[in-house]
Amino acid sequence: MLGGTLAEKIISEKCGKRVKAGDLAIADVDCMVLTDASAPLTLELLKKMKKQELKDPKKVTFVMDHYIPTPNAKIARLHQTMREYCDETGCNLYEGKGIIHQIIPEMGHAVPGSLIIGADSHTCTYGAFNTFSTGVGSTDMAVAMVSGKLWFLVPSTISVRLNGRLPEAVDAKDVILWLAGRLKSDGVAYKALEFSGSVINKMNIDGRMTLCNMVVEMGAKAGIMPFDEICEKWMRELLPDKSFQPINSDPRAVYEDVIEYDLSNISPQVACPHNVDNVYPVEEVEGVPINMAVIGTCTNGRISDLKTADDMLKYYDIHPRVRLLVIPASNNVYLEAIRQGIIERLLLKGAMILQPCCGPCCGTGNGVPGDGENVISTANRNFLGRMGNVNSSIYLGSVQTVVASAIKGVITDPRKLSY
Amino acid sequence: MTRHRGRAYVFGDNINTDYIIASHRKKDTLDLKQLANYIMEDIRPGFGVQVKKGDIIVAGKNFGCGSAMEVASLSILAAGIPIVIAKTFARTFFRNGINGGLILIKCNTESICEGDVLDIEINSDRTVIFNNRNMEEIECDKIPVQLQSYLSEGGLISYFNKYNSL
Repeated sequence: MLGGTLAEKIISEKCGKRVKAGDLAIADVDCMVLTDASAPLTLELLKKMKKQELKDPKKVTFVMDHYIPTPNAKIARLHQTMREYCDETGCNLYEGKGIIHQIIPEMGHAVPGSLIIGADSHTCTYGAFNTFSTGVGSTDMAVAMVSGKLWFLVPSTISVRLNGRLPEAVDAKDVILWLAGRLKSDGVAYKALEFSGSVINKMNIDGRMTLCNMVVEMGAKAGIMPFDEICEKWMRELLPDKSFQPINSDPRAVYEDVIEYDLSNISPQVACPHNVDNVYPVEEVEGVPINMAVIGTCTNGRISDLKTADDMLKYYDIHPRVRLLVIPASNNVYLEAIRQGIIERLLLKGAMILQPCCGPCCGTGNGVPGDGENVISTANRNFLGRMGNVNSSIYLGSVQTVVASAIKGVITDPRKLSY
Repeated sequence: MTRHRGRAYVFGDNINTDYIIASHRKKDTLDLKQLANYIMEDIRPGFGVQVKKGDIIVAGKNFGCGSAMEVASLSILAAGIPIVIAKTFARTFFRNGINGGLILIKCNTESICEGDVLDIEINSDRTVIFNNRNMEEIECDKIPVQLQSYLSEGGLISYFNKYNSL
């Protein structure tokens, strides 16, 4: 028998029989996650079900992150409904703790080898922890909560081998933007991506989360990292007593395609308005004036990201015309940044620090840009109007590119600064 | 086996969920019968009113791309359209469509023209379209048997309510 890919092996494990790409599997779901943007419809659909008792409420986690703190009475009512539901059923609820895709791993819900669904498209982030994680709809979620299972078409897998050594001032965000520029927004639709290569072997968990977070921007169903020493160390520190079953692909796994790149000579990358695959090397877009710079979101709001911003701003000031918004991805990240003195230094430089949440990324939080303004952000989407104003333009880049641009007031190649 | 006959309305590539039902309509009402009157209004005004029960949407690649709102597939169904045939579907639209009971068929749609009367036959091992205009038989991707069962019960929730399993 031929070997299985990571996606095939995880789904096979969860449906109790060997399945391969193209098969339909009814699989046990280990972890189900919802936000305050997707919970309302799911709770409505649950009312249509004859059986409403949840199979295992401890596997279901609600996170309030899109509208935190509540901006109006309507949202406040919605949050009340979520609280009441979690009280009644015993589901996990995190309120005011941070962004779902940071909270779920931090709280130990994303365990290697597991199958995770989320009513949010960036659920694929947890692929960083050797899980099969994917975004689903509200009907999917309602049925999975009650039955504990869901149907999956087993995806074919593309092996993505990232070789070489990342050059100075280039990080995981540049890698995924670079890939999006090549593979395009529907280039790997329905596929699972299995990452490997020397770039991945050296990449820390934060970088792997950034990479997996954005595979959906190329249409992928999931992006999965191997289980290796880096993942094991992270999990052991977080959950010393937990046993889990990591899964790696077989040496003779059958891939639909193998794509291999040497990334030793790539530049920092920028996605230009209004599509994530509209990507250019930073040197080709330098000079675009910037009004607002955003560091945060489920793509780049982790402690290593804040530390990078801090390291750069020790030597420079924020340009007087630029508003710099910093949004730690979770309270844990925030606390760690306070302990390290990062928050104090960023405040003294004039940055605005926001409550851990989705922030202005999808127009639900504070930080809406003005008419005619350009934003450079570490987020994952730059669609027209995404941040709440159709008369503004969004550029996406790494923390280093965003901070360099905030310093100079125009899009700037971070390699031109010394830090 | 299930059979359908319907008249084809042909659309292009990348029909996103905002084209299927505009966001501002959802702000006015969430009543599907109302929304059904406005489907595709930005790219084909009047379509929602003109279309008849049993008519079929035919499209190019990536049908249903954009935001994952389930109301898009439900609005198509509410307009009386039981089937969408496309070269490919966006992933979340595919899940939401099947879960809501909308039949989604993948095949090469290039030879189908506006107004063609199509006979569609869905079997456990084969899905095929017969085009009455040019007598062409179009072989389609087969629909997994389990998904056919969900579809014949009118969607995933109805199926689960009836059988208490997936």
